[in-house]
Amino acid sequence: MEALFLSIKLSICVSAILLLCGAPLAYWLANSQWRGKFLLESIVALPLVLPPTVLGFYALLAMGPRGPLGRLWQAVFGHGLAFTFSGLVLASVIYSLPFAVQPLIAAFESVDRKLLDASAVLGAGRLRTFWRVILPLSVPGVITAVVLSFAHTLGEFGVVLMVGGNLRGITRTVSIAIYDHVQSLEYVEANRLALALLGFSFAVLAVVYGINRQVARQIGRMWTPWAPR
Amino acid sequence: MDTVGAQVNGAALTAQVRKERRRDAASPFVLDVSLTIPPGITILFGPSGAGKSTLLDCLAGLVRPDAGRITIGEEALFDSASRANLPPQKRRIAYVFQSLALFPHMSVEENVSYGLAYLQGQERRARVGEILTAFRVENLKTRKPGEISGGEKQRVALARSLVTLPRLLLLDEPLTGLDAALKAAIVEDLRAWNAAQRIPILYVTHTREEVDALGERVIAMDHGRVVSAGTPQEVLDAPRRKRLAQAAGFENLLGGTVMDVRESDGVMRVRLEGSASEIEVPLGYASAGDRVRVAIRAGDILLATELPKGLSARNVLSGQILSLDRRGNMVVARVACGVVFTVHVTPGAARALELAPERQVWLVLKTHSCHLVDD
Repeated sequence: MEALFLSIKLSICVSAILLLCGAPLAYWLANSQWRGKFLLESIVALPLVLPPTVLGFYALLAMGPRGPLGRLWQAVFGHGLAFTFSGLVLASVIYSLPFAVQPLIAAFESVDRKLLDASAVLGAGRLRTFWRVILPLSVPGVITAVVLSFAHTLGEFGVVLMVGGNLRGITRTVSIAIYDHVQSLEYVEANRLALALLGFSFAVLAVVYGINRQVARQIGRMWTPWAPR
Repeated sequence: MDTVGAQVNGAALTAQVRKERRRDAASPFVLDVSLTIPPGITILFGPSGAGKSTLLDCLAGLVRPDAGRITIGEEALFDSASRANLPPQKRRIAYVFQSLALFPHMSVEENVSYGLAYLQGQERRARVGEILTAFRVENLKTRKPGEISGGEKQRVALARSLVTLPRLLLLDEPLTGLDAALKAAIVEDLRAWNAAQRIPILYVTHTREEVDALGERVIAMDHGRVVSAGTPQEVLDAPRRKRLAQAAGFENLLGGTVMDVRESDGVMRVRLEGSASEIEVPLGYASAGDRVRVAIRAGDILLATELPKGLSARNVLSGQILSLDRRGNMVVARVACGVVFTVHVTPGAARALELAPERQVWLVLKTHSCHLVDD
């Protein structure tokens, strides 16, 4: 059960960071006219196609005692980054980035441009337009972004294994614990954890989609991340 | 009605705007206008695609003109010479879009107070209450835009724009879809509000009825240019120049005289110069007796060797082939019907119909293939 709580803690940290960093990035990607934008879009989408082991491998190199991130971390905090919870959070943020950014881009882009024009003509600057118009009308997209990054982090395996290893209470997340139990033929323990993860995941999704439905009805239009646009 | 010189508070808008828009490579759209709008309602009239909305976007600062100068009174909002360009937030211009663009997640009261962020609570509420009363929507304060009727939405949109005390009001077909009585009531409230404020109001429409109903000053636009300006009578009934095609690219350019105008059928009959033939052309800005030029593409004309029957095309002229010339994979036929028409047919069709000089033929012209053109 310790592993399950660690996974949930990791997922909460990752979703929170992704929401804070992903929203400005998504806003910029949704509005920029920059010609080189496609390059950044490709980078954001990379974790969708890369095997977690590839991502994890390079994350490990970067965070290692000789990697740039690892050395920076050492200089600032006095200890390394690899095989720590912080390192795990950082790698997971990169790994789940597209799951947060893409629903946000879709949501920001689906806000009627005329509303933004109206806001500007009424004297509101970009920031006020974002807080008062774009964000409230993107709530379903924001919820989707948080849920997807939460769920994606909760279930991740490859990256965690590469970057975090298997340190009990520090980096041993639920998926790794389950794998461990199965390897040692402890099927009862594996089943207990797997079932808990299954139940928890379902409960979270059900609550969120229920809320989403309410919000969408309030805003007056249905929003699903899966609808073609 | 407003007479210039009678208690004018607001300053006039003057604008010279040039803006090129590439819709497709073949026909770039160029907006090139110069106009002065005094306080009071001025109607901007023209068919869709004439550039009315682009002009409004330029005035509001949402679109940057390529060149020109926009001033209200003494203040320049945009000046390509001095590179001045106020952002929309600083222009103090109100703009009611065709879609109204009310914020769907805010109540009527929140929508209307959105533009008053710089005011404190008490004063803000007072101003909002005042304008809601002026536009008769104070009872809707707590409703969301999705919960009120079309006419009410339009009133709220007007209130939201005007509560900021703008220097200019732009209305982009704001009252479409309302019945005449409701429209008139809203316009009356707008006039009443403006009796005190006296700001220039630019009201865009593409329907004649609205011009007749509102009109004091009218500016007619087409193809990105001001076509005429004046009273509704002067603009609508004076030489009609609606939808004039470019003469270039038409093989057949025929002079003619308008015999009669059948508004209900959407057509006019034009007698072709130098012949007794009459053809029907789409309704244009011309009156009976006017001389017009009609342009028809050689490829748009059908050629028949027998008198065709049961056709939707209204114009069938009989004539005689003068000459046939093969040009590449096309045959150019010259046909005399009183006037000489140039007709393009395929070599296969020419063979199958056994076309030959002096052969009697009939030409079929679809009404909408006949374009009125500018001299």
